Amino acid sequence: MDFQRELDARGLSCPLPILRTKKSLADMASGDVLKVVSTDSGSVKDMQAFANQTGNELLSQSEAGGEYIFFMKKK
Amino acid sequence: MTTKRMAIIATKGTLDMAYPPFILASTAAALGYEVQVFFTFYGLQLLKKDLSDVKISPLGNPAMPMPVPMPVLVQMLPGMESMATMMMKDKLKKKGVASLEELRALCQEADVKFIACQMTVDLFDFENSDFIDGIEFGGAATFMEFAGDTDICLFV
Repeated sequence: MDFQRELDARGLSCPLPILRTKKSLADMASGDVLKVVSTDSGSVKDMQAFANQTGNELLSQSEAGGEYIFFMKKK
Repeated sequence: MTTKRMAIIATKGTLDMAYPPFILASTAAALGYEVQVFFTFYGLQLLKKDLSDVKISPLGNPAMPMPVPMPVLVQMLPGMESMATMMMKDKLKKKGVASLEELRALCQEADVKFIACQMTVDLFDFENSDFIDGIEFGGAATFMEFAGDTDICLFV
């Protein structure tokens, strides 16, 4: 999937992946896609909850080798 | 869509109980909430420039996971509190949990409003200069003015 920016949130625990995601999205343009890579299993539900509450769209999420990969489209 | 609001009263000054207010406040702010945290009694320690008084003790804290079982009499010994605090901070760091200083700074960056209870500041003879910049000082009525119109209101 095409993305404009990547956020490495590996090794970070709640709530840092969400806070960094928010910060990364802040200076992106509407419609841009952010890729987030996390190792925090709690971020699976949290990223969805973040999307639901902020209106940014979680395009996809997947897991590979203990890493969680998210693509978030900025509102 | 109107902005959601959250108010928290932070009353505890131990390392474990310092986390929930800062985690919830920073996360709520990231979700677009307007957030105020009112710090009173021991919670005031969380607004000090120097957070070294914020510690954890196994004493009176039977649920705290310990690497080895430790009798209460041993928990009382001098240095145990410092050791438990050091071990907990080390564990937090290893697991990628932010430090209190970092979470607090993230809250302030996100415009979370911190209010120190003036009554307890006076009660404990704290100086306003003991506290970090950018906070306000107020009383119960100050808190109610905001808390009365919130979506989430928590006492920690």
